[in-house]
Amino acid sequence: MNVEFFVISLLNGVSYGLLLFMLSSGLTLIFSMMGVLNFAHTSFYMLGAYLAYTISGVVGFWPALVLAPLAVFVLGAAFERYSLRRVHKFGHVPELLVTFGLSYLILELVQLLWGRSTVPYGLPTQLQGPLFTLYGTQFPKSRSFIMAVALLMLLAVWLLLTRTRIGLVIQAALKHPEMVEALGHNVPRVFMLVFGGGAALAGLAGVIGGNTYVTEPAMAASVGSIIFVVVVVGGMGSLAGAFLASLLIGIIQTFAVAMDQSLATGLQAIGVAVTDQTFGYELLKLTISQVAPILPYLFLVLILIFRPKGLLGTRED
Amino acid sequence: MTTATLTKDYYRFKPWNIGRAVIWSLFAIALIVAPMVFRSSLALTMLSQIGYLIIICLSYNMLLGQGGMLSFGHAVYTGMGSFIAIHTMNLAAKGSLPVPLLLIPLVGGLGGMFFAILFGYVTTKKSGTTFAMITLGVGELVASMALMFPTFFGGEGGITTNRVYGTPLLGLTFGPQIQVYYLIAVYCFICTALMFAFTGTPLGRILNAVRDNPERVEFIGYNTQRVRYFSFIIAGFFAGIGGGLAAINFEIVNAADSLNGIRSGGYLLFTFLGGATFFFGPIIGAVLLVFASILLSELSKAWLLYLGLVFLFMVMFAPGGVASLIMMNLRVAKFGRFKPFWALYAGLVVTGAVMVAGAAAIVEMIYHMQLNAALGPQLPFFGVMLDTSKPASWLISAALLVVGGVLMELVRRRFVLAWGHAQEFIEAEIKRREAA
Repeated sequence: MNVEFFVISLLNGVSYGLLLFMLSSGLTLIFSMMGVLNFAHTSFYMLGAYLAYTISGVVGFWPALVLAPLAVFVLGAAFERYSLRRVHKFGHVPELLVTFGLSYLILELVQLLWGRSTVPYGLPTQLQGPLFTLYGTQFPKSRSFIMAVALLMLLAVWLLLTRTRIGLVIQAALKHPEMVEALGHNVPRVFMLVFGGGAALAGLAGVIGGNTYVTEPAMAASVGSIIFVVVVVGGMGSLAGAFLASLLIGIIQTFAVAMDQSLATGLQAIGVAVTDQTFGYELLKLTISQVAPILPYLFLVLILIFRPKGLLGTRED
Repeated sequence: MTTATLTKDYYRFKPWNIGRAVIWSLFAIALIVAPMVFRSSLALTMLSQIGYLIIICLSYNMLLGQGGMLSFGHAVYTGMGSFIAIHTMNLAAKGSLPVPLLLIPLVGGLGGMFFAILFGYVTTKKSGTTFAMITLGVGELVASMALMFPTFFGGEGGITTNRVYGTPLLGLTFGPQIQVYYLIAVYCFICTALMFAFTGTPLGRILNAVRDNPERVEFIGYNTQRVRYFSFIIAGFFAGIGGGLAAINFEIVNAADSLNGIRSGGYLLFTFLGGATFFFGPIIGAVLLVFASILLSELSKAWLLYLGLVFLFMVMFAPGGVASLIMMNLRVAKFGRFKPFWALYAGLVVTGAVMVAGAAAIVEMIYHMQLNAALGPQLPFFGVMLDTSKPASWLISAALLVVGGVLMELVRRRFVLAWGHAQEFIEAEIKRREAA
């Protein structure tokens, strides 16, 4: 493993991890505020990408960067207002189920409106090409843009929650909804805004993730289970934990994809003879890049066995 | 999710429970008679699938309905049951493992149980939403792992087998589909009875308590985690039986198809649609699942869209599923207040049909434009020719949708009013009877 491979993989891993964080932050926010596990969260990510594709075709990418998350915000808030709120009284499992149904619906609607194959949602000219060249390998502008937007967003959300009046009301509504209501704040509206806001964060991730990666109907499912892993590994409801876990998983996966070593080559390196007759050769011959897709889930299982509350979580249940 | 938990257990302590005996006999007769009434091969295929899906959905409901555990990875246990069963069949056919076909579903069940013991230890550590996420993660883990071990899982093509092996037992080779159906039916009946019996065991009862109030269960000295774990293992066993029957039925198992999250989501969706709050709900769910995936998917390309919509409205308006709708109406009827609802239901059905017809016409036209544009602008829709190029088709559909929607909303408001009155009356009546 040389320095060049290490640095580039690290950068790619961090940018992927930050994208995961943009997704999981909205999920964590909604979960810690409302106790709702939004199964359709990545569907909002997909909607963000598709809406940005359509909007940027009309007014260009930069206005779309603002307009598409706003549109997703409206959709998310409307869903909370007209569907989720109605289910709230039944408990958390039906809330999860209703978002599960929504994820089916959004997938079908996206396929209905934009078709079943990928859409040509490209990068704007300002983001094309490399930002800098390290050891002869180029690092694209689009990925650094993801990193910048994610960090800005983290800062903005943190400031909003801790330094503004509305942030204080949101935090209070989480702990003591009746008291906040008695003080004259409209708690259901706060929940609606939080849900819309979380959806908008996912939408924003979709706008910049959609053109860096691919915009296709399968994009929601491909990150869907990963961000649930992120949220559990980081600790349910912990924003900092989600940040740590997304970076970890992003980096682990990016490194793993590029590695061809397997247990067999490892054993051969320390002088053990491994042939296809060896017991468990099927397992030994798997390269790290082949097992890359399951690494996040293995990580999840290990965390649950050794630290059930997650990396930075506080809840034990 | 407590919508009218109507208990008909008033006669529980009598030595013979006539009502229950009648219901179980009817269930057995239905299983026996069904293939004699519906004789086509399509019907036989569907009945066989319904048979083992009943077992799977009921085992799923052991988690969702009775334990409050929302699992997104139930297909892992049915799928692994299928794989173990199919490998056992192949070994038995080679003569290296003497297992008759009759016992193959049990082998599948043990396989499902083994994996439930293995994965359940991790998943049942938590409950509620975290449980849901972990099952999702474990489901993904197994589904992607399956593609890494092609010798066991058969890679993309899957594993095939031949269910006709060994010496025929009492002349049964299990070659013809009808014999397989009866094998499935027998297992279906026994498993349903066993799972119903489970609801009455101390474990089944304490599982309900763990669902409703885990804290109190801890206070009376039970380990909630262990209760969940044991129930998870039992559910895994029955799921594996279902999987084993599926393997016998299809003679092929494919990892990409039988282990993935979509399959697990399907079990969840239909168990819920059938009704998770009643024991018999998942049976309705299994029937719906087969009808939707075989008939509805033939009828319309947009069936997943309709399914998603139905599911969403079901969660919003009737979280107890079809079973709770039936039971609530039975309750109204039992108290003699059903009379005004005939007209209201008729009104709902008629206006709803108008609205759905309009909406479906629009959806079908959009799908047609997208998928079959090469076939020309015309498509048949319930005996009418729609034309995507003519505005008339669109306008009429939209008008049907709007008019049907408005009328339905009007009827719905009256219905809600009448329903509320009826419920008030029933509650007052129950109180009066209790006081008397």
